[in-house]
Amino acid sequence: MPATDKPAPKMTVKDLSVYYGAKKAVGPLSMDLPEKHVTSLIGPSGCGKSTFLRSLNRMNELIPGCRVEGEVKLEGDAIYGPGIDAVSVRRRIGMVFQKSNPFPKSIFENVAYGLRIGGMKDNSDIAGRVERALKHSALWNEVKDRLSESALGLSGGQQQRLCIARALAVEPEVLLMDEPASALDPIATAHIEELIHELADEYTVVIVTHNMQQAARVSDYCAFFYMGDLIEFDKTETLFTKPSQQRTEDYITGRFG
Amino acid sequence: MSAPFKRCRGHWAADTSLRVATGLATALILAVLGTIVIDVLRNGWSKLSIGFLFQSPTDGMTAGGIFPAIVGTVALVLIMTIAVVPVGVATAIYLSEYSSANSKFTRAIRVAVNNLAGVPSVVFGLFGLGFFVQFVGPAVDKTLFGGEKVYAQPALIWAALTMAILTMPVVIVATEEALRAIPRDLREASLALGATKFQTIFKVVVPQAGPGILTGTILAVSRGAGEVAPIMFTGVAYFLPKLPDKLSSQFMHLGNHVYTLATQSPDVDATKPLLYATVAVLLGLTFSLNLAAVVVRAKMRARIANAR
Repeated sequence: MPATDKPAPKMTVKDLSVYYGAKKAVGPLSMDLPEKHVTSLIGPSGCGKSTFLRSLNRMNELIPGCRVEGEVKLEGDAIYGPGIDAVSVRRRIGMVFQKSNPFPKSIFENVAYGLRIGGMKDNSDIAGRVERALKHSALWNEVKDRLSESALGLSGGQQQRLCIARALAVEPEVLLMDEPASALDPIATAHIEELIHELADEYTVVIVTHNMQQAARVSDYCAFFYMGDLIEFDKTETLFTKPSQQRTEDYITGRFG
Repeated sequence: MSAPFKRCRGHWAADTSLRVATGLATALILAVLGTIVIDVLRNGWSKLSIGFLFQSPTDGMTAGGIFPAIVGTVALVLIMTIAVVPVGVATAIYLSEYSSANSKFTRAIRVAVNNLAGVPSVVFGLFGLGFFVQFVGPAVDKTLFGGEKVYAQPALIWAALTMAILTMPVVIVATEEALRAIPRDLREASLALGATKFQTIFKVVVPQAGPGILTGTILAVSRGAGEVAPIMFTGVAYFLPKLPDKLSSQFMHLGNHVYTLATQSPDVDATKPLLYATVAVLLGLTFSLNLAAVVVRAKMRARIANAR
């Protein structure tokens, strides 16, 4: 199933299963996430793509009763296991959520939050990283004159880009995005999609989307999920034009949604 | 052919009667409050003055001022707040952020808090007497003072701790509600950035719960200024020639002074204006505390909503 000329994997998933209590929600499945490329996870509602995404940075642990089996590695380092600190995992693997969730603080303090809790103290260092992160998320020009104003005063699209800047400020290696544009209008969505393209130059991006066209526009590799199983994983172009599984083809052609 | 959009009599009658009923209820409450305030001011006005606030009572409480009672009340409330706020907030943080909602332990804590809230004030007074004054007090005296009777008697610290226990449920409930009101996705955002749970609680959750915590504190303080039964056996005195200067001192108290003036005066007519003036000061204190709370809370909310 994987393409033969795939780039080196940034993260490897082996025999991963996620359980909510006794019920198995996802897996078992295995996948390699290619470095500095955008991988999209598509599939109908409830197919487990968000659950899978959240298991990549151990956010599933916040849900009581959730259990993960199997192995996930970031460049050879296991992220699950006794003695492995979830906090340090999340510093290397960042996440942007479906509904933007800026803190009720100023724009500057939002982006600086991850740096401060990571122990950075020098204010000029922090200011430099904040500026870089905001430039990376294409928000700098719009907010550079009002960094001390509340983040809640920004528009929806700006807030989401702020959340992206906030995640980028800690310079993670992987960026996970859970339907980042689904709550946004078409113009803001276009901004985010353009941004994702640029981010792939430096970061490995994994994006969950329920919008197939968005997956086709934005991603290099695509994984199709159905009812908790990984059905097919291939280059986006191949998956959309010559899928090897019937169910993939049915989903893409809209026979079910 | 249907009729044009005419006002339905039944709907209009229901709307209007509800509006009238709720308006009348509001007016009633305001009228009662107004009556109390006017009555108090009318009877006590003659005695309200700067001198009244800063003098001691004289002539068997038939003249003079209430300064020691004011000082004692402030001291009591201050120590009570220092005792109740950290413990109450910590309990609320545990209940809201750490405990799992259905464990037996959590349920036991909630039952305990609810029952504590329902205990009559005078029972707290008896508890304070039996536990603090007669049990902890002698133990402290034995270890720290070699048996000399310092804390094994009514004292400011015991009254303050008794009041702290009495007001604990208020602080816990107000804080917990404020914590619960904070949406889960803010906590997730913090954790996803590599924050520990501790950092998330103290840098994101608790700051945003500030107004709610303050509300609980102010409610506690208001009770502390006015409740009499819990402090009657644990530290308050009928009359003291000097101000409380140690944790082991006894003290005078505004609420208790009102009770004293009303029931134990040698000359009822001379005392009556003093009584009403004391009540006026007590009410003024409570009102200004609540007003200060409203202002500070509004400022905190504005700060949260606007920037940092």
